[in-house]
Amino acid sequence: MNILVCIKQTFDTEEKITLANGRISEEGVEFILNPYDEYAVEEAVRIKEAQGADVTVLTVGPSRAESALRTALAMGADKAVLVEAEGLELDEHALAKLIAAAANKLGPFDLILGGNMAVDSGAGQVAIRVAEELGIPHVSTITKLTLEGGKAVVERDVEGDLEVVEVALPFLATAQQGLNEPRYPSLPGIMKAKKKPLERWAAEDLGFNPDELEIRTKVTEQFLPQKKQAGRILAGDIGRQVKELAQLLRSEAKVI
Amino acid sequence: MRNVLVLAEATSRGVRSVSLEALTVARKLAEGGQVVAALFGPSDAAHREAIIRCGADRLYLADAPELAAYNADAYAQALTQLIRVAEPDVILLGHTARGRDLAPRVAARLGLGLVTDCTGVEVEEGQVVFTRPIYAGKAFQKKVFVEGKIFATLRPNNFPVEEQPVQTEVAAFQPEIKDLRTVVREVVQKAVSGVDLSEAKIIVSGGRGVKSAEGFKTLQELADVLGGAVGASRGACDAGYCDYSLQIGQTGKVVTPDLYIACGISGAIQHLAGMSNSKVIVAINKDPEAPIFQVADYGIVGDLFEVVPLLTAELKAMLQASHV
Repeated sequence: MNILVCIKQTFDTEEKITLANGRISEEGVEFILNPYDEYAVEEAVRIKEAQGADVTVLTVGPSRAESALRTALAMGADKAVLVEAEGLELDEHALAKLIAAAANKLGPFDLILGGNMAVDSGAGQVAIRVAEELGIPHVSTITKLTLEGGKAVVERDVEGDLEVVEVALPFLATAQQGLNEPRYPSLPGIMKAKKKPLERWAAEDLGFNPDELEIRTKVTEQFLPQKKQAGRILAGDIGRQVKELAQLLRSEAKVI
Repeated sequence: MRNVLVLAEATSRGVRSVSLEALTVARKLAEGGQVVAALFGPSDAAHREAIIRCGADRLYLADAPELAAYNADAYAQALTQLIRVAEPDVILLGHTARGRDLAPRVAARLGLGLVTDCTGVEVEEGQVVFTRPIYAGKAFQKKVFVEGKIFATLRPNNFPVEEQPVQTEVAAFQPEIKDLRTVVREVVQKAVSGVDLSEAKIIVSGGRGVKSAEGFKTLQELADVLGGAVGASRGACDAGYCDYSLQIGQTGKVVTPDLYIACGISGAIQHLAGMSNSKVIVAINKDPEAPIFQVADYGIVGDLFEVVPLLTAELKAMLQASHV
């Protein structure tokens, strides 16, 4: 069984966001494997452990994204590919084309996994676009995956309700929280990961001229939200505080 | 002048609020163009009237049996065909479970750009500019389209609903649907209250301080009185007090209700990212140093098990008095 996991390196969720020259600053930032992609890697490794599989991890990103691929390798993936896109202006449309081309070059795959969104852009587009580019079905925000021969039964989270979907392989699934509990890479895992194959490709290796990678949307501005004014801490005995709060919510905040 | 297509969502409780919000945005963007709405699956007179009140010039009803419940393939085929028929310049969906699943698929099929989870839409010098949160609301970005149709999903609760009845032409739309690759076997209703977290106007949220699944019932009672939904911090979900589907934060849901009541939540940065853009925030916590107080409009330092039942009773009395 051949599994591809598409991942992204993101800011650590602990990071505060600052701007430098109107762009999000990466100065001193810790980078991690996108938390939703961690579930995807974990799921692939569990399938490998249960029934045997070859797990490839793929990312499109800057050179520093190697460390996220190494994390996935340390968790148990077999090999990694980094499509270097330093300095390229890509939107989800162009990214999906690149990833699909890489998947075609590496594949075919029986199963493609990814996170349901990246915690930085929050767009949640690329994985589903990749499924369309590859001509395979997708199931998004999954919380359980059971392989049964050539098909899968998948549970997905739909705004709190649970949907059970049946789909034939090959297909693409995006991971939702609750799918599994990702392991911490073990020390031997980390050591082994250093020796696992990691290839670096450029857009040209996938048949794209970087100048001709078409985008449909672009970012014109990044900014920080207005800082909130410090609120009011109520005082007095609890009963009075509660009465005051109820009044404030009605007459001042006008939300009740 | 733009022709705008809105794919609305009908539920047993009516047309989803975000669909009506999208129609209001559609009218703003149309600037003399046509606003076209569509409903897939079964709909009733109340659904149609809600859409008509919000100013759709045309309403397509696609009631094919394959569209009765959401199916990614069936809906993608239907929406793709509808876009080819209606030829809109702008396509708007709610950023709901359905919109998130469907829009990227259709965008890729038609080679279109897509901007998801928008919280602002403006026309600046003839160009449509979308604002959307990044890093779960720790920052924002503005995006524009450089080529092709405009396609966006709108975050619930961020746009007003303005009614403006017009003459609406209602037409049947019959897509050709075939070769479905996914089958929905069953849908298990798990959502506790009838109010969806992402669309809730009021959210009562609990953290580790709630201490148990039982403790969340105290919060549910307050939410019920206010017609709101219950949410949770990662800490509470990890501790097993509630389902991950209730989690609010950088992993989990990002919400922007009118009122967010944080109970026993310390306010880790990941949680703040998921809720700090709420319009009014109330924090109830024993620890006066808890970071949640820094984003709260109103704070009560105290034991939530004492404060919340009192607040529930107080608000219940207040609401009853105002309904008399």
